[in-house]
Amino acid sequence: MREGERDPGLYDFRPWRDRPPLEWPGGKKVAVWVSPNIEFYEIDPPANPHRKSWPRPHPDIVPYGHRDYGNRVAHWRMAEVMSKHGFPGSVSLSVAMCQHMPEIVADAQARGWEFFSHGIYNTRYSYGMDEAQERAIIEDSIRTVREATGQTIKGWLAPALTHTPRTLDLIAEYGLTYTCDLYHDDRPNPVHVKSGKLISMPYSLEVNDHYGFFVYNMSPREYAETLIRQYDRLADEGGTVMCIPLHAYLIGQPHRIGPFEEVLRHIAADGRAWITRSGDIADHFLASGGYETAEADTARYAGARA
Amino acid sequence: MSLDPQYLEYPMRRKGMDHDLYEWSAIHERAPLALPGGAKMAVALLVSLEWFPIVPGEAPFKAPGHMLTAYPDFRHYTAREYGTRVGFYRLLDAFGKAGAKATIAVNAAIAERYPTIIDDIVAAGHEIVAHSTDMDGTIDGSLDEAAERALIRKSRDTLAAATGSAPKGWMSLARSQSWNTPRLLVEEGFAYALDWVNDDLPYRQTTPAGTLVNVPYNHELSDRQIIVTQQHSADSYVEQMQDAYRWLAGEAAPRVLPLHLTPYVMGLPFRMGAFERLLGWLAEQPQSAFLTAGDLCAALPEKAPE
Repeated sequence: MREGERDPGLYDFRPWRDRPPLEWPGGKKVAVWVSPNIEFYEIDPPANPHRKSWPRPHPDIVPYGHRDYGNRVAHWRMAEVMSKHGFPGSVSLSVAMCQHMPEIVADAQARGWEFFSHGIYNTRYSYGMDEAQERAIIEDSIRTVREATGQTIKGWLAPALTHTPRTLDLIAEYGLTYTCDLYHDDRPNPVHVKSGKLISMPYSLEVNDHYGFFVYNMSPREYAETLIRQYDRLADEGGTVMCIPLHAYLIGQPHRIGPFEEVLRHIAADGRAWITRSGDIADHFLASGGYETAEADTARYAGARA
Repeated sequence: MSLDPQYLEYPMRRKGMDHDLYEWSAIHERAPLALPGGAKMAVALLVSLEWFPIVPGEAPFKAPGHMLTAYPDFRHYTAREYGTRVGFYRLLDAFGKAGAKATIAVNAAIAERYPTIIDDIVAAGHEIVAHSTDMDGTIDGSLDEAAERALIRKSRDTLAAATGSAPKGWMSLARSQSWNTPRLLVEEGFAYALDWVNDDLPYRQTTPAGTLVNVPYNHELSDRQIIVTQQHSADSYVEQMQDAYRWLAGEAAPRVLPLHLTPYVMGLPFRMGAFERLLGWLAEQPQSAFLTAGDLCAALPEKAPE
């Protein structure tokens, strides 16, 4: 990105109408990926000068325990429901989970889920890191996930959504192909980076369960209805991506998981969804010329006036 | 710009938790709870019975529900008192009608100020757990050990004098603990605490002074969370509790549905009818029992051999 400038120069403008078609395998209309954030929050993390981890002095056991509920109880409940309806996970992983709770990482791996990096811990923020420090967490992520699962991560969702001006250039340099941190479109799009080829993977932050329950204060059934409307609209429009970003400690609560199961039932029965993983969407988009098509389409608007 | 090198060091990056307060354990791998009468479901009613001084204490922090306006805050002082003198009795009557035993978390100030309430609780067979001195008695990591111990002792001794026996259970205001709380509770004769929200089932935690059982009362299912914070209606609350009950009852092993109630929230006339319908519905469920925190502790199986 262009550090310090008013326009960060992340990507070029491209209006939603009059785009060339984007085809998904099997003629499906919308690529649906479910993204459990499998996170570890530390009880006593060091302070980052740019963001506080917990509201109260450590140990702040309610928010810490709330998140720990996801790992002790709710992951297993959520994962069973996903598997039952044929939805693989694309895991936004605090990679230290490979050390803390390898049972959960192994469970996700056994279910055929993909892993991408969500930083080391969700209590270690990228704000204020120098380039060497940011390289260290990217290298740690690649190495840790590879050693634990054999998978090579393809994507990045910044830890606690904390970035630096270098993040996108660096992940592209390390060969990652997609970022989940940009929310400007319902399709993948090229991102400007210094080297490599990076796309923005739609992460549908507005239908993240955290947004549903704690930004918009939805009831479990309202949230389920929201996901169904989001899906129906994107399937009607076609050539779209829908992510369902989740946290087991939220969606896996006993009053929420039942209504959520109805969402998966609805999407699975509809027939228009390519139910897949984020890495598979990125691979298909890149291998089928989607990047070049999007680039050429975008170029039509460079400085243009109708 | 760069961060202190310590920010990229992870001394607690290890198997299990990043502290020694309790051990990691996945819910599906544990020996099942042995609920009385072979019940499959426990419904655990918990009421917080609180007294808020009109001159609010703010250290270590101001408790939820405390005074909000400039002094004198008649509005909130009396609205909380309404809960104690009116709402709580509506709840007691509703429990009686449903044949339900509840756990009442009682500020010591309630026993000092309104001793007949204690008599009414004891006569109905409900269980009393200590809930600090009054709503100024908050605990967090900034409270020194001697002050915390004095607060725990005063709460315990006041209730012991009012009921004839020292309470075995404890709940902190806002469930907030210091690093010392579990050990101090064991040292002062408590057997269980209701603060941690990281599980659906009771579990043992080890302290340097011995074992303390955590009996979780999921704060996400509380009336404070659903009605006050998320601003849902009483009808929506009832629907959410029924959805939660149905889900938990469908899981393989015995499960607990915790209902944490606040007299000045649920005990209002326009909400009580919905709550009574819920209680009646719960009382009709097969293989279900209303259990107190002490009952749940007793249902915890002996630690399985390694």
